[in-house]
Amino acid sequence: MAAATHEPPPHVTEHHTTTGIDNRKMMMWIFLASECLFFGALISTYLIFQGESLVGPLPHEILNIPVTSASTFVLLMSSLTMVLAVYGAQHGRLGMMKLMLLATILLGLVFLGFQAYEFTSFVHEGLGLTTNQFGSSFYVLTGFHGTHVAVGVLYLTSMLLASQRRTGLGADRALHIDLAGLYWHFVDIVWIVIFTIIYLIPH
Amino acid sequence: MATALGAMTHTQEDTGLWSWLTTVDHKRIGAVYTVAGFLFFLLGGFEAVMVRTQLAVPNGTVLDADRYNQFFTMHALTMIFLGVMPMGAGFFNYFIPLHVGARDVAFPRLNALSLWIFLSGGILLNSSFFLGGAPNGGWFGYAPLSSIEYAKSSGMTFYVVGLLVLGLSSLMASLNFAVTIINMRAPGMSMMRLPVFIWMVLVVAFLLILSLPVLTVGLLQLYFDRVWGTSFFSPSTGGDPILWQHIFWIFGHPEVYVLILPSMGIVSEVLPVMSKKPLFGYSAIVFAGAAIGVLGFGVWAHHMFTTGLGPVPQVVFSASTMAIGVPTGIKIFNWLGTMYGGNIRFVTATYFSVGFIALFTIGGISGVMHASPPVDGHHQDSYFVVAHIHYVLFGGAIMGIFSGFYYWFPKMSGRLLDEALGKLNFWTMFVGMNLTFFPMHFLGLAGMPRRIYTYDAGMGWDTWNMVATIGSYILAIGVLVFVVNVIKTMRKEPDAGNDPWGGATLEWAIPSPPPAHNFDVVPEVRDRDPLWYNRDHGIAPTPVPEHNHIHMPPPSYFPLIVALGVLLIAVGALSTLAIVGLGAVVSVYGIWGWALEPTD
Repeated sequence: MAAATHEPPPHVTEHHTTTGIDNRKMMMWIFLASECLFFGALISTYLIFQGESLVGPLPHEILNIPVTSASTFVLLMSSLTMVLAVYGAQHGRLGMMKLMLLATILLGLVFLGFQAYEFTSFVHEGLGLTTNQFGSSFYVLTGFHGTHVAVGVLYLTSMLLASQRRTGLGADRALHIDLAGLYWHFVDIVWIVIFTIIYLIPH
Repeated sequence: MATALGAMTHTQEDTGLWSWLTTVDHKRIGAVYTVAGFLFFLLGGFEAVMVRTQLAVPNGTVLDADRYNQFFTMHALTMIFLGVMPMGAGFFNYFIPLHVGARDVAFPRLNALSLWIFLSGGILLNSSFFLGGAPNGGWFGYAPLSSIEYAKSSGMTFYVVGLLVLGLSSLMASLNFAVTIINMRAPGMSMMRLPVFIWMVLVVAFLLILSLPVLTVGLLQLYFDRVWGTSFFSPSTGGDPILWQHIFWIFGHPEVYVLILPSMGIVSEVLPVMSKKPLFGYSAIVFAGAAIGVLGFGVWAHHMFTTGLGPVPQVVFSASTMAIGVPTGIKIFNWLGTMYGGNIRFVTATYFSVGFIALFTIGGISGVMHASPPVDGHHQDSYFVVAHIHYVLFGGAIMGIFSGFYYWFPKMSGRLLDEALGKLNFWTMFVGMNLTFFPMHFLGLAGMPRRIYTYDAGMGWDTWNMVATIGSYILAIGVLVFVVNVIKTMRKEPDAGNDPWGGATLEWAIPSPPPAHNFDVVPEVRDRDPLWYNRDHGIAPTPVPEHNHIHMPPPSYFPLIVALGVLLIAVGALSTLAIVGLGAVVSVYGIWGWALEPTD
């Protein structure tokens, strides 16, 4: 990890761990395991309520697959820019890291914009939170995913702002971007599962 | 560095309020957890005594139906989330770093945050008594008893928000403990040399990490149902009340092991030391603990045999429930084998550990009885189940925690608890506990349902109810004897020395109470029982180098700010969204300050 760090600050070498993995990175991985169960429970709820709605609109009447495919593409591309931001951080290329962080933030915001548009148009077409079981489980599942994206945007924005104070990068700094990247990719992967289950698999 | 020196001189010697509010020392945090947990335990005990007083005679008039529902619900919530878990967390905090040979946990400030969020959640939950009524739908919150239609007071909303807050605290603490145990071990402390207590904590941490998010989802859905009018759990519009039961017990059953495994770990530390021989079958007890952790996720529907699951799920969950009795039984034999042929010292800690084995075995056996669906059909919602859970949770978890109190109190305070009062403490609790809960087996089989606030005379329940109530008073006196013992002990001069028991684990090599940095020199571990190995092989302690540069984390007030933000979010969720926004801003400010704060 972080091969191109020229002079690691002295405190970095003091962080000796039993496994050699940084404590923070290990915690992020275990936290993401917990998040899997969080989304697992939400997705299960959605699947259990499939076909249980007593009134419409039903999923096939309202879901707009082309629009959401576009927003999915945007989110997938944000994972690419995130990888490049981590690459920049780990190779001491501060400018690249900042640029790619900014790109990731913007793509995340575009995804959230798509979601806001989707929610608004669904409400106009008569699907509210309490209309039927599809509405409740759809809004709660995708809403909490959107919340995760929003937290991610806040997380990355904090990283970008904090990096304005820096003129260089060490291994320790790169780790912060790496951790944010793990979170961001996780939220992205969860969306692929949600998109497949809600939009792509016909029922 | 200046701040590091500051930390060393501050954390131990400073005793002002501010030093406690900003502490990141795992020992101080553990002490606050233990004391707070014990105070909540007394509160939960008071609620239990009120419940028993109401049920002492037929047609009791001490509590009305609504107040009774609040008391039995808050008794369970308090004991589980505010009593047993925090007292366990107190031991985890205090002894994980000492047992693995570390100077602190992996994330000291996160540890402080867990503590403050736990305290916020506990106070928030109990404030409901004064704000329109406490939760009254049982700790399991079954739909539709939790719905706005049938639970109109804000009690069940407090339940939702309170448990979300407490769950956040437990999740952060568990992440912290898991990383500490895996990643902060001293040289030579391989996984298979970890004390069994630490192994059990690791299993508990993963149980919580993987089960709490499921409860979180259920609680959020319940919040949506109650506040924003969705119907996840209300059948009139297509919702499913049984879904709540699945979600709750996927969390709830692992939670049972979260409560009992720490006590199993404590007993596994106490018995070898008091029997003066190594634990019998170390790897068997470790793998049995891990097996309980894994199987614990596959038994949840045994709480739901009477909901009409169908034959296949009933058979599967019946079999998995019986299977989980096997690793539990293995542990019983490990403890018996440890004592067998040992030179046993019958001090109070030993009494409580042996009491644990006896009472937990009774609770375990009645648990296996419920594993059979036809039998469970008769037991469901009867006092037989109340008897079972209290043999497991009081006879098991609480007896183990008291064993831990007597065993570790000298390390934490430098003083040995009084043995004569200790024996009195044990016997009053032991007799009171059996007198309270054993008759409930008879009541259950005689058909007395749980959660009823009164009953008519002539049902055949009068005698045993009176006996159970008398037992609960004796039990309460037993707990008060412990309080007297602690007060008396704290007024005497320290007399414990480093190692009053001839212990095997690392904490007994350092002073009591330990210095802020725990170990002058990070210990090197050569065996499962490191101190016994060093004693038997004549290995002297490593001399302390002349320039001993020890680097300790400085105190921080940011955990307090983040906890305040979380509390505001919770208060907002119970009142108005504007406060949620304010809480979010405070939290983000706190996290920013935290991230930018220099830690070295």
